[in-house]
Amino acid sequence: MSERNYSLLGPDGARAVETGLAAAEWYHTEVPRKVMKELMGRSDGPAIRDTIVLYGCMILFAGLGIWLWPSLWSAPFWLAYGVLYGSASDSRWHECGHGTAFKTPWMNNAVYQIASFMIMRNAATWRWSHARHHTDTYIVGRDPEIAVMRPPEFAKLILNFFGILDVLKFFPTLIQNALTGPTKDERTFVPESEWPKVRRVAQVHLAIYLATIALALWMGSILPLMVIGLPRLYGAWHHVMTGLLQHGGLADNVIDHRLNSRTVLMNRVSRFIYWNMNYHVEHHMFPMVPYHALPRLHETIKHDLPAPNRSIAEGFRQMWPALRRQLRNEDYFLKRELPATAKPYREDFHTAALGAAE
Amino acid sequence: MTQWIDACATADVDEEDLIRFDHAGRTYAIYHSPEGEFFATAGKCTHEEVHLCDGLVMGHLIECPKHNGQFDYRTGEAMRAPVCVNLKTYPVRVEGGRVMLQVE
Ligand code: FES
Repeated sequence: MSERNYSLLGPDGARAVETGLAAAEWYHTEVPRKVMKELMGRSDGPAIRDTIVLYGCMILFAGLGIWLWPSLWSAPFWLAYGVLYGSASDSRWHECGHGTAFKTPWMNNAVYQIASFMIMRNAATWRWSHARHHTDTYIVGRDPEIAVMRPPEFAKLILNFFGILDVLKFFPTLIQNALTGPTKDERTFVPESEWPKVRRVAQVHLAIYLATIALALWMGSILPLMVIGLPRLYGAWHHVMTGLLQHGGLADNVIDHRLNSRTVLMNRVSRFIYWNMNYHVEHHMFPMVPYHALPRLHETIKHDLPAPNRSIAEGFRQMWPALRRQLRNEDYFLKRELPATAKPYREDFHTAALGAAE
Repeated sequence: MTQWIDACATADVDEEDLIRFDHAGRTYAIYHSPEGEFFATAGKCTHEEVHLCDGLVMGHLIECPKHNGQFDYRTGEAMRAPVCVNLKTYPVRVEGGRVMLQVE
């Protein structure tokens, strides 16, 4: 394979459908049904606790930021608030979108709607794009959530640590969604019955942004935007940092999550912000397992997975050179060793992709 | 033409769980509700071709293992996105410890 075409309407996506790479049956580690049922079990307790801590800290940090505004002493509180707004909302969006964080559906939905607003994603559209990401993870031309396309564009990656490209893309889409519903690309994965919902959600989000801007103009201060909107820029870095590690430098066009996803062991604060999505191979293999059970799932199946990276820094040390090599050779990716206890990769399924690894 | 077929023993399906049952080239899911009743639906999700047998039964809901779509397995009604199309259901009766399924 040479040049990749990531368009959802392009030839690579059509080829993936033709060859059966799209909507394929993926590799799963064997887990006894009894154990899996226990791991999949739902509860409200952990997510209620985490949500109280999250929203409590956000109110506290924003309150201190406003109180100390415009002195420089407010900066640390804005930075802390920003990470919770612009990064923790990504993982809340994700987990509640799966419907696994809480046992009670309305709680999942309420946190999902709030998180979607903060992370600047249309709550109705992104549910579907994420379903496609799970069906066709890193299948070129099929997966709408490929964070690092090949060859990697480092300038874009770095700009996105401050959410710049995401936000620049978000507002024109928001306006288009509010006026006419989903864009042409979005219509490839959002069913027609949901198009009116996409429009309604966009209108609500747009109204909130317009009201915030109006308030800022009336006050003659950017303070309202420090609370709503701007933290998506100044607090995005953590979710971009952890998000890049999910699949960066690994294989594409394969149907084994051990080849295209990365598990990274992290410190407690990052795991709270990221809601345990650092167990990313585990999450993709078994999306029914709630975030709070992922460490247990990891213990259950680690004999069948490549060894996890032991820290964020180690993950970057491994990923960054691989991304740089992809500048020269688009087909290059990191193929990690499996432990002796694991079932080997199915080379016959992945000849095209595995040929390029080292 | 419809016919009753012997799908499994009642003891084969744990309470609040399901199993897969294949017959004549088709795949079905047999459920055991928390009240001790048995139900049957088509074996694959209506969103994509995914077997529901690896999913999770919660009360009267079956959650699909791929994208967490949910159906009420008693009626087949689609309850949670991304599933929009209802699941086909099949009549079930229990006879002498066996779960019988009526299929076309
Ligand atoms: S395949 Fe069942 S919800 Fe998508």
